[in-house]
Amino acid sequence: MALWAAPDAPAVLGDGARREALRAMLLAWADDELILGHRHSEWTGVAPDIESDVALSSIAQDELGHARLLYEQAAAEGQSPDRLAFGRRPEAFRNATLVERENGDWASTIVRIWLYDHADAARLAVLADSPLGSFAALARTLGREEKYHRLFADAWLERLARAGDDSRGRVQAALDALWREALAVFEPSPGEEALLAAGALVAGAAEQAVRWASAVVPRLEALGLRVPPERDVPVGGGRSGRHTPALAALLDEMTSVSRSDPEARW
Amino acid sequence: MTARAKPSPAPPVDTGAVLRALAEVEDPELPIAITEMGLVHAVSVRGGAVRVELLPTFSGCPALEVIRDRVRRRVAALPGIQTVDVAFVFEPAWTVGRITEAGRARLREHGVSVPRAGLAEPATCPHCGSTNTVLENPFGPTLCRAIYYCRDCRNPVERFKPSSDEPLAQGR
Repeated sequence: MALWAAPDAPAVLGDGARREALRAMLLAWADDELILGHRHSEWTGVAPDIESDVALSSIAQDELGHARLLYEQAAAEGQSPDRLAFGRRPEAFRNATLVERENGDWASTIVRIWLYDHADAARLAVLADSPLGSFAALARTLGREEKYHRLFADAWLERLARAGDDSRGRVQAALDALWREALAVFEPSPGEEALLAAGALVAGAAEQAVRWASAVVPRLEALGLRVPPERDVPVGGGRSGRHTPALAALLDEMTSVSRSDPEARW
Repeated sequence: MTARAKPSPAPPVDTGAVLRALAEVEDPELPIAITEMGLVHAVSVRGGAVRVELLPTFSGCPALEVIRDRVRRRVAALPGIQTVDVAFVFEPAWTVGRITEAGRARLREHGVSVPRAGLAEPATCPHCGSTNTVLENPFGPTLCRAIYYCRDCRNPVERFKPSSDEPLAQGR
């Protein structure tokens, strides 16, 4: 049963094609939040300190709640959030491959959440500025809440980058490994050009990527970190369903309870 | 021939009756009514059809479904109700300013500090009243609470942390 008020049907969405394009975009974002939320939850109980343990568990809860909300607001008739989260094969997911990667070490976890949450802020800001009624309100809500994710990630990135050679080396290695996949968070979803042409969005994924890079690159450089070569070439595929084996393994674990009794009511 | 007395119809429900019923619905995470927390945004009544719009503290709060179900059950128990529609809305944003005075007192007794005006003001210790407090963790036992430490009475302090553009007080 729906938790949120039914979304607006703003005139600018007009025909079915634009509604479908918005739906595709929001479902991809929801998949990002669900999968990364699950990865964060893997730190529960084993993070390096109790504060980070509580923080990542809370951030995981936020991301799962946001996934649920986005699934509900974007779903077609008859698609439930649970079905979307637990009832799809890996190739039906549209999350960026960045978020499905195994957590790796703490530096890699921090670099990923930092890159991702700043990317999420860049795309939410565009939706928040749109003439899309309740969808813009939704983006403002998520943006306010996720500010706390960025505070956590900013503080840890700085701490690790300034903590000596081993620590800085691990951060740099994570950045080298993840940067181009982070850039692919901005692979556009199908139909984006129709939303832009109608004025439903003021900036597409390509422009969002530029805004993101201009926010994050100077901060990395100020910390003495180096943005990898080929910094403008994304390594993607997730938005068209091409994933790494890590996603299938994650889904296998995440859906094990729901698969044990698909008809169960919670 | 005498007309048979018709059973008197239930008095029509009005907004006030719905709000009084909502004042009996407790928040699942705190000993306070949802009306005292300021979670109720709007109530409308048309005949036997009631719609209640609620505000979340955080949209990912796992208590939202429990709150929705409690509201639906409580309102449906009023006489003359045919349908109850309960939904959360995104705006206006919930702020600590929505908590009533009675609610603040109750939360203080429970050990939760509530900022008066904004998040940037120093956290007040609900145990001893000191503002000699320091932020320990922006994340706490629930999404809507941060953890401070009181340097005077040396107790941990939970403090409300609405989603906001304001910075959190760091303390000394």
